Amino acid sequence: MTDEIEVKDKAAWDAAEKVADYEHGWSSDIETDFAPKGLTEDTVRFISAKKNEPEWMLDWRLKAFRHWLTMETPDWAKLNIPPIDYQDAYYYAEPKAKPKLGSLDEVDPEILRIYEKLGIPIAEQEVLAGVEGARKVAVDAVFDSVSVATTFRAELERAGVIFRSISEAIKEYPDLVRKWLGKIVPMHDNYFATLNCAVFSDGTFVYIPEGVRCPMELSTYFRINAENTGQFERTLIVADKGSYVSYLEGCTAPMRDENQLHAAVVELVALDDAEIKYSTVQNWYPGDAEGKGGIYNFVTKRALCQGRNSKVSWTQVETGSAVTWKYPSCVLNGENSVGEFYSVAVTNNYQQADTGTKMIHNGKGSRSTIVSKGISAGHSNNTYRGLVRVAPNAEGVRNFTQCDSLLLGSLSGAHTVPYIEVRNPSAQIEHEATTSKISDDQMFYAMQRGLNAEEAVALIVNGFAKEVLQQLPMEFAVEAQKLLGISLEGSVG
Amino acid sequence: MLQINNLHATVGEKPILKGLTLSLGAGEIHAIMGPNGAGKSTLGYVLSGRPGYEVTEGSVTFNGQDLLALEPHERAAAGLFLGFQYPVEIPGVSNVQFLREALNAQRKHREEAPLSGAEFLKVAREQAGALGMDMDMLKRPVNVGFSGGEKKRNEMVQMGIIDPALAILDETDSGLDIDALRIVGDGINRIMRRPDKAVLLITHYQRLLDYVKPDFVHVLDGGRITRTGGAELALELERDGYKELAA
Ligand SMILES: Nc1ncnc2c1ncn2[C@@H]1O[C@H](COP(=O)(O)OP(=O)(O)OP(=O)(O)O)[C@@H](O)[C@H]1O
Ligand SMILES: [Mg+2]
Repeated sequence: MTDEIEVKDKAAWDAAEKVADYEHGWSSDIETDFAPKGLTEDTVRFISAKKNEPEWMLDWRLKAFRHWLTMETPDWAKLNIPPIDYQDAYYYAEPKAKPKLGSLDEVDPEILRIYEKLGIPIAEQEVLAGVEGARKVAVDAVFDSVSVATTFRAELERAGVIFRSISEAIKEYPDLVRKWLGKIVPMHDNYFATLNCAVFSDGTFVYIPEGVRCPMELSTYFRINAENTGQFERTLIVADKGSYVSYLEGCTAPMRDENQLHAAVVELVALDDAEIKYSTVQNWYPGDAEGKGGIYNFVTKRALCQGRNSKVSWTQVETGSAVTWKYPSCVLNGENSVGEFYSVAVTNNYQQADTGTKMIHNGKGSRSTIVSKGISAGHSNNTYRGLVRVAPNAEGVRNFTQCDSLLLGSLSGAHTVPYIEVRNPSAQIEHEATTSKISDDQMFYAMQRGLNAEEAVALIVNGFAKEVLQQLPMEFAVEAQKLLGISLEGSVG
Repeated sequence: MLQINNLHATVGEKPILKGLTLSLGAGEIHAIMGPNGAGKSTLGYVLSGRPGYEVTEGSVTFNGQDLLALEPHERAAAGLFLGFQYPVEIPGVSNVQFLREALNAQRKHREEAPLSGAEFLKVAREQAGALGMDMDMLKRPVNVGFSGGEKKRNEMVQMGIIDPALAILDETDSGLDIDALRIVGDGINRIMRRPDKAVLLITHYQRLLDYVKPDFVHVLDGGRITRTGGAELALELERDGYKELAA
């Protein structure tokens, strides 16, 4: 019933992104140049020069780089990570990192099969798979709806919304960027965030002016498909007083990428009465059934609920990557500010996910809700790690946390690690945790009604994750549902 | 339609069915009665292919097909429906979603076109209405928080929507109040009393058989059919019990 609307809207969004991208040259300066292999001060200077960055930006990067050299890789997460050789990587060569293919015939049939299951059009499949010349096809396809795209673009501009690549924003809106960049996730925050500060390649900047409700959902969907996911993305979203924005990140299609390490930084700030809804679907290549060749995803995401009554909602569906290490957090400084975290993390085969959130309550009357659904199959491990901290001056804080784990088979693991630090006695903190298995009764019941084993698992898992999935914008929710089923293929029977 | 021949089956190594032979023709309704633990539910599970129920001997053909060679979902698509003695809860999945996906999976298997959301809802509304179930209940998660009787009624709504060729109804009458019993009885007649369909009605009491008049009544005891008769056999059993019969 909703299929038609969904496709139409998505095409329009994609088109809007497209036009925004090309008009503003997000990709024009990333041709074939690449920085020398390895990571030195020269690499950092090269990247900055390549982007024509102002002096302050280069200084900032260098400061981060020098600090990074003194840091050690964190090892506290419940993850089993082989050491990464940072010198054995290119930091500025993304278009070359993907092998160019002549046609879809050269693409791994397994990947094609999944594209088909997700219902991705051929033109888009080619882009995703990195087929030579495919971008042009996709561009043409999208430009069919150019009128829709320009309408959207004009609408954004009329509303005063700034939606740019971060490289451009650094040049066009230096004051705004400087005011907030690194203020939410400080430069020295953690190993991967510091690395990102030094070498980030590109990313997104969004500013919603006072009192403006962003007239459409903002998405990086297409840009990520067409270009490359970018090893070191940087996103900054500023919601001024009384504004609202919903931002979608990611892509349900599985992405092959030669970059083993991804270390993005996402910073959000919400001023008085502002609200940001940030949704992610992450489905990077998790490695083969033995766990070889997958992507390591070490992203730092943090929101500053700076203003009174400000609100940030993180929703994530994590099915990809070999190793995920990710804790979208909220620093609730504003009085009566609200932080929410809704997460579904699926791990299969040998995937490892260590994810959760931090809710830092500094403001009076601030509230947070955490709903985490972990699904583990195969030999995988899925850990929820969450911190709820209440500062001494924060009166009347409330938190509700619910962590549910669903196990498939007997070889997978689910772990829940809640940290609660309350330094104000008026706080009301509730924590609920459950662990369950898909029962044989449920499986048989669904199969007796006509579903095969995989369909039955997908149905039951979607039921388990429903509270989170329904937080997603409609067009994402439908894809995310299919994705959960696909991620668990081979985990039954 | 269904021929069960010398069926032996074990559950967790334990032999439960021990040479059961039974034949259902199209258009027939058969009732199966028998003491607790006789193997009635086991028969329903074996016929529908529940994992863990192992056939060690015998054969079952359903409309000419070797039923035992099919996976559970294939048996469903072939037209076999089991009304569960204990319907199962599936949190977070609405009845509507569950049944639409199940029905369309069956249709796909049979190479029929899927029903659209609107087409499905029309069928669902009709069936729920006929069985006196509120549409709101169909929107709730499958059986979650349903009372015992509501679960049984829901099984019948499911049967109406799926419209099977063969229904095995395992104590569908237990837990129903007096009015519900009549509604469910009417439902079984409406949905299943057709020349091309058959029903295996597992029950302990005559009361359901007052509404759904069986063509045959069988006694299942010790893993096999020990006696077969017409509708009057149920009345006799109700009067005398199984002990009397065995003696
Ligand atoms: N997993 C199992 N392992 C061993 N025995 C089992 C197992 N499951 C069922 N049984 C036994 O199989 C026998 C038949 O059970 P079944 O449920 O088929 O009986 P029934 O005729 O349906 O009884 P009721 O009228 O009480 O519903 C019972 O003795 C039961 O204890
Ligand atoms: Mg029984």
